[in-house]
Amino acid sequence: MLLYTLKRLLYATPVAFGVSVVCFLLVHLAPGDPLSAILPVDATQSMIDEMRAAYGFDKPLPVQYLIWLWHVLHGDLGISIATGRPVLSEVSRAVVNSLILASVATVIGFTFGTLFGFVAGYHRNSLADRAASALSVFGVSVPHYWLGMVLVIIFSATLGWLPPTGAGPDGSGNWRPDFDHLRYMILPAVTMSVIPMGIIARTVRALVADILSQDFVEALRAKGMDERGVFKHVVRNAAPTALAIMGLQLGYLLGGSILVETVFAWPGTGFLLNAAIFQRDLPLLQGSILVLAMFFVLLNLLVDVMQTALDPRIERA
Amino acid sequence: MTAPVTAASIALDGGVLAAEDVAHGPEAAFVPSRGFWGHVGHRLVRDPVAMGAGAVILLVVLIALLSPWITPMDPYKGSMLRRLRHVGDATYWLGSDELGRDMISRLMLGSRLSLFIGVTPVLIAFVIGSGIGILAGYVGGWTNTILMRTIDVFFAFPSVLLAIALSGALGAGIFNSIVSLTCVFVPQIARVAESVTTGIRKRDYIDAAKLSGASALTIMRVQVLGNVVGPIFVYSTSLISVSMILASGLSFLGLGVRPPEPEWGLMLNTLRTAIYVNPVVAALPGVCIFLVSIAFNLFSDGLRAAMEIRQ
Repeated sequence: MLLYTLKRLLYATPVAFGVSVVCFLLVHLAPGDPLSAILPVDATQSMIDEMRAAYGFDKPLPVQYLIWLWHVLHGDLGISIATGRPVLSEVSRAVVNSLILASVATVIGFTFGTLFGFVAGYHRNSLADRAASALSVFGVSVPHYWLGMVLVIIFSATLGWLPPTGAGPDGSGNWRPDFDHLRYMILPAVTMSVIPMGIIARTVRALVADILSQDFVEALRAKGMDERGVFKHVVRNAAPTALAIMGLQLGYLLGGSILVETVFAWPGTGFLLNAAIFQRDLPLLQGSILVLAMFFVLLNLLVDVMQTALDPRIERA
Repeated sequence: MTAPVTAASIALDGGVLAAEDVAHGPEAAFVPSRGFWGHVGHRLVRDPVAMGAGAVILLVVLIALLSPWITPMDPYKGSMLRRLRHVGDATYWLGSDELGRDMISRLMLGSRLSLFIGVTPVLIAFVIGSGIGILAGYVGGWTNTILMRTIDVFFAFPSVLLAIALSGALGAGIFNSIVSLTCVFVPQIARVAESVTTGIRKRDYIDAAKLSGASALTIMRVQVLGNVVGPIFVYSTSLISVSMILASGLSFLGLGVRPPEPEWGLMLNTLRTAIYVNPVVAALPGVCIFLVSIAFNLFSDGLRAAMEIRQ
């Protein structure tokens, strides 16, 4: 197990390295000079040169990359051009908010997804099965930013039950676990949960149907085990894959939260990215994407290791 | 009580058979094979869900092609006096937007850009991704390692994040949003193409082609491409739905199409301010994205099911 973890870690290292290169190059993809956004239009050549030297843009690219990487490895993601605050502190505040929202959405999606998946897998071709299939097609086909708008229209604009935007009553950027703050979370969390719900329902349905058709289930029943006992076996067999998918979905939600967070003005990474893009705040853009992508790499690693630990049938080669 | 086999009964049976043969003509004895794609098409036609989805796609494509000539009103002409009319209005059948422009005309014309920015990235990624995947799968060895490990790096980004990061860095615009989405789908298609190609490279017909003296390029073009293009194509069609949602999403964020061009994602964004005044009209562009996206998903599912022919 330890050997497998180390091997997997070794495999993740070049990927993490590649991710850092992509994030570094992002800034240089931008048309023109990365500094053009912050320099005044009538900047003189000497001013431009001064700034270029100050940000290190006068050095060759590989050297710039190594300097940047050195700083990143020491926890320095640079200074936000728009706010003048360190990127790391801006990103970490936002990541916490996004992580709360994405986790709640994943839990909702996972709970209902497994529920529908189990019912559908147990009763193939029944009404419930068709409903679960419809749900999964709905989940992957619906533009979630539009679903968010529709929920706001119904529950905020028309019924007035829930607040349409923000993370709390005082307009603060920090979420706290109390009833007032919870009300702000319901709509964005439900909106976000629809995608993983569909995917998990589809996967669990296929898993359960496959497990039920295997010989060991028949053997258990022949042995005289009651349905509750058989159900426990089905759950144990389906759990590793279902949990792995849940982990990956959390990563996708965290990385893909920008659209939903924009609709609900949720003060997370998506919101931060949106601000960074439109203020041409490239260090902030670069830093947020690096943090999110690294989180995703780490999550993939964790999911792989956990799945192997949970499921003894997977080769730990 | 078995009837004795007599010469007469044999003659009678034989006679009947002969009569049948004549009745059906010589074609009945030889049923021409439909071929693989013929079978796929035949099964697809019998799938009502896939056919319904296909009809929706066809309708939207037709509207997109014809929209400059068939919109009931000028999609760009606004009127501040007639803004945010409701659905069912005598002049504006589907209401009017925040600048008083006719919604149905804008939705019809909007289908052009929405389809274009949604489908184009998948088409380009299909060509590039298949190329990379087939090359990596057929050549194998170091080429495979280098290409596929590079592809792995892009898998470290959730697709929405990658699309937004790229188009955020490149700046707003239709061209940039197509480039970013293409970069999102190339790795996904390449990975599928690689695994399908690796699966067939050891087959006998590849060896036979090698022995016949065909060059690697010819084998890849003829033997490999012919056998892997189907699965890659089906996989690519399943990406169109995601691509439509993401492309309109980029416009929704202000990173894709720029006003006053009508595009569903962008329309959804500009109508957000109107959700308290006219919620139904504000939600309409999203309904269009949803319908097309679900149609592509169902059609792709049907195509996949039709191609799973047990042999």
